[in-house]
Amino acid sequence: MFPRSFEYVAPADLAEAAEALASAEFAKVMSGGMSLIPMMKLRLLSPDLVVDIGKIRGLDQIEDRGDAIAIGALVRHAQTAASDAVPAALRTAAAWTGDTQVRNRGTTVGSVAHADIAADQPAAVLALGATMVARSASGTREIPADEFFVDALTTALEPGEILAEIRIPKAGGGSAYEKLGRRGGHTDYAVAGAAAWVQRSNGSISDCRVALTGVGTKPTLAEGVAEALIGTDGSASAVEAAAARATEGVTLLEDLYGSEEYKAHLAKVMTARALTQAIANA
Amino acid sequence: MNVNGRAVTADVEPRTLLVHFLRDDLGLTGTHIGCETSYCGACTVIVDGRTAKSCTMLAVQADGAEITTIEGLAADGELHPVQEGFWERHGLQCGYCTPGMIMSAVGLLSENPDPSEDEIRHGIEGNICRCTGYHNIVRAIEYAAAKMRGEEPAPAEWETQEVTA
Repeated sequence: MFPRSFEYVAPADLAEAAEALASAEFAKVMSGGMSLIPMMKLRLLSPDLVVDIGKIRGLDQIEDRGDAIAIGALVRHAQTAASDAVPAALRTAAAWTGDTQVRNRGTTVGSVAHADIAADQPAAVLALGATMVARSASGTREIPADEFFVDALTTALEPGEILAEIRIPKAGGGSAYEKLGRRGGHTDYAVAGAAAWVQRSNGSISDCRVALTGVGTKPTLAEGVAEALIGTDGSASAVEAAAARATEGVTLLEDLYGSEEYKAHLAKVMTARALTQAIANA
Repeated sequence: MNVNGRAVTADVEPRTLLVHFLRDDLGLTGTHIGCETSYCGACTVIVDGRTAKSCTMLAVQADGAEITTIEGLAADGELHPVQEGFWERHGLQCGYCTPGMIMSAVGLLSENPDPSEDEIRHGIEGNICRCTGYHNIVRAIEYAAAKMRGEEPAPAEWETQEVTA
């Protein structure tokens, strides 16, 4: 099983990569290839040109920029999972992505750009209020995470754009990620997952974002949860009341791993667990 | 690229998968093709020090890389401690998953020389064995870990368990 024929380039820098991307009718960017190669082997996707950014130097860094943590396009899941600079929600989501071999090659930025409906890290970057930095032949564009995920496997990236970096604001507070994996525990894609971020001041919750994955067609902010939790003391009963609103406004999607009812139940359970842990981390 | 210490150069079609390059071009058939969908891990090799599934990697992505396959483990007629562990603790039945399982174990022990049973089981979660139920594979990796730390491995369970009729 191998892909249809395609042209291949491995540019030396992002400018060259953006130029290559704009040169073909149907080009795809490849970082680790952990999502792209299986799709090409199954011939769900047959690009004319693969632009392999894997040889570009300097993209494999997690940098502290003062007000934000910047994750480069070639930072592997294993690197994100092991970095103390990365907030807990994203660190955990990276540690629970794929298996060891996948985490050694797949990239955080690639997973976010791929936008699988049950991937872990998109929910984490959404809850953390990240900014996506897209690079194209015409320059650089910043996209807020809550405008980035459009639909299943569809993001706000234009055909000529490369997701070059994800910036996570150093907003303080605490975060966490919880999931039930398809193979049980935390293994494999999420049947349902929730990433939470909270900020406390003067004994109450002053800000909060919760993002769900695996339950709908895209990672989604659970806005009702944040609305219910902000202003409370963050006690167990406040968390429970807020988590009960997890699926408010969310279009649930039944799949092989669960009915709508089951997904809704899991979304609430995972939201409560993630919030409890995020509050403990705050 | 460099494979098992040998420099190799070739022109390949971009769509050539690393596993096909290793098996068909270099004749290194120890790396197995199992599921071909990145699940089973039979095709695991070590690329620049980290395990990778060679069915989900293009040969061109490995341009300039250092690769170790199952054939590169034994040195001077001596089995690698992980290979010895699989032999001594019978970490296989049909053997199909074994090369990938061994490469994953080598990768795990290079990062964690003293893993707990739980860490071993999670460390090989990218490798599927349909025969053994993993029990002896875990024992084999524990054997190798002890050997590589310079310790005496725990005796085999079948030597210490009493059998009552």
